[in-house]
Amino acid sequence: MTLVLFVEQVLNGLQFGIMLFLMAAGLTLVFGVMGLINLAHGSLYMIGAFAAAAAAGWTGSFLLALIAALGAAAAAGAIVELVVIRRLYDRDHLDQVLATFALILIFSEGTRWAFGSFPLFLDIPDYLSGTITLPGGIEYPLYRLTITLAGLAIAAGLFWLISRTRLGIRIRAGESDREMIAALGVNISRLYTIVFALGAALAGLAGAMVGAIQSVQVGMGEPVLILAFVVIVIGGIGSIKGALIGALMVGLTDTMGKLFLPQLFRLFMDNASATATGSALASMLIYILMAFVLIWRPQGLFGARA
Amino acid sequence: MKLKTLMAAAGIAALGSMSVADGHASNVKVGMITTLSGGGAGLGIDVRDGFLLAVKMSGNDHIEVVVEDDQRKPDIAVQLADKMIQSEKVDVLTGIIWSNLAMAVVPAATAQGKFYLSPNAGPSALAGKGCHPLYFNVAWQNDNLHEAAGGYANSAGFKNSFILAPNYPAGQDALTGYKRIYEGGLAGEIFTQLGQKDYAAELAQIRASDADSVFFFLPGGMGISFLKQYADSGIDLPVVGPAFSFDQGILQAVGDAAMGVKNTSQWSKDIDNAANAAFVAAFQEEYGRLPSLYASQGYDTANLLLSAMAQADVSDADAFRAALAAAEFDSVRGDFEFASNQHPVQDIYVREVIKEGDVFTNRILGVALEDHGNVYAADCSM
Repeated sequence: MTLVLFVEQVLNGLQFGIMLFLMAAGLTLVFGVMGLINLAHGSLYMIGAFAAAAAAGWTGSFLLALIAALGAAAAAGAIVELVVIRRLYDRDHLDQVLATFALILIFSEGTRWAFGSFPLFLDIPDYLSGTITLPGGIEYPLYRLTITLAGLAIAAGLFWLISRTRLGIRIRAGESDREMIAALGVNISRLYTIVFALGAALAGLAGAMVGAIQSVQVGMGEPVLILAFVVIVIGGIGSIKGALIGALMVGLTDTMGKLFLPQLFRLFMDNASATATGSALASMLIYILMAFVLIWRPQGLFGARA
Repeated sequence: MKLKTLMAAAGIAALGSMSVADGHASNVKVGMITTLSGGGAGLGIDVRDGFLLAVKMSGNDHIEVVVEDDQRKPDIAVQLADKMIQSEKVDVLTGIIWSNLAMAVVPAATAQGKFYLSPNAGPSALAGKGCHPLYFNVAWQNDNLHEAAGGYANSAGFKNSFILAPNYPAGQDALTGYKRIYEGGLAGEIFTQLGQKDYAAELAQIRASDADSVFFFLPGGMGISFLKQYADSGIDLPVVGPAFSFDQGILQAVGDAAMGVKNTSQWSKDIDNAANAAFVAAFQEEYGRLPSLYASQGYDTANLLLSAMAQADVSDADAFRAALAAAEFDSVRGDFEFASNQHPVQDIYVREVIKEGDVFTNRILGVALEDHGNVYAADCSM
């Protein structure tokens, strides 16, 4: 156990957390503003990754692939909002869960029908491949560092958007009192479409950036969706700040748990069972974290409503 | 999604009545339960396509195949098996990819007197104490390819391997299988989460260890993620693993990151025998893609069944079982026979990932383990 390994794992935890934030931000915005539970958010992540893989295959450019991911996910989000979600705002959460679950199945089988059952190829561009040496002799993959910084920049932009722009004021107003801002003459249904497309675009971007180092395949969004729900429950539903803090907590807890727990158990167990027990407990750690946060603050860290 | 394919080689029946009319004319109905939708669909589709190709090439019109999609869910697989046994009245079941689904279906099916021919899953529980006269595995026992990776590690002179696999029964079997044959020390041993896609934490530990090699078993999308991240991590250690992360279906998604990686498999498209050459050519012509090891397993399963049909009537279970156990068919793997627990005894090869034109594929380097059976046969009292 060296300092270099520790710092590298902190960076890995940050990178994981930032990617989770991009997923969770859209989910928490949609829930906060519209009161809608969107299970199909993971499908938008998958659409971003597939659009990026297809665009990278045609053009060979990673930047164009990212733009395609943003565009495709935002367009899919807007269409879904206009066609399906719009009818669900007044329904209870069970109807929303059922309808958006149906969307997961439609998107998964639709993607499989369009792109086939075999995983697609999406690789990081040459100029971002390999490692760089950070101060202190830490070798770290350049691509992971880049997406961490890009994710932080997007988070900063999102905070600026919410706190400093007219759209942001409307989003915040929509969160606190939906009827009132409609009465004040704000086109609420257009605002909803914009918020939904924005959340979808962030998920699609995360899918494309992560797809380049993972696998682009049908069903890739659902495991991330579960983690994103953990994040927004920890952070407080509806809070962007909570989503950021929650995502970083989940990212760091998961990464550090995988590193330290097996070593901790090795102090008093034999190697093989320490590995098995430690790994099993490490995979539960974020849910244990969630449970403790909920005991301490049932509304989540930054949640306004209980 | 419900997908039902009825395959009756009717066209060939018109001219083929002389060639197949050698006595055993009773029909065999095969129920294939496999994964055709969702994330693991590539494997099931290859098994199905390989199986149906063999049936079509045989021109035998006494075999009828019913295909259903288990969606990789044990409960659905069990329902399908019940339906096939009770209302479809199949004679033989086959097709299951995943060990957990096989554990849910196989013991019940064999207890009801149905033959089960496994084209993929080979859990140790069905090879040892849980072996059954009606259960045949045509692919491998789960440990086999990992044992071969251990054998390769010995011959390559690895002394300090870092090993990792997902924390579920097949993953634990994988590390056990590797360590059973591998003679060197371990630089580290990690169980990852099943379905994990980000291996940054594991790669950092590999980098910090003093390992001289890496063994991993991460099937499907997990392997794609691991290999891409490994190639980008700057770690420069030799990697070895079973063929599941290097099959034809996923190599294109891994790309250059897999080039030169050694992997162990009981089949490769360049095994030099007439049956294999015919299979690879016919598969490419029929489906327009290269076959994977899963396709070869489906193909061999069908040919084993066809060989038994030529010798015995399926209603005579003892004779049919003896005909299956004799394994008198031309396997695409070359020499093939069953051990006492009805799992294969076969050569397992070391392959290397290469690029042929634009297509990533594998080439055989040598034999890792010759005529390799499995250790569980001793526990099987049959």
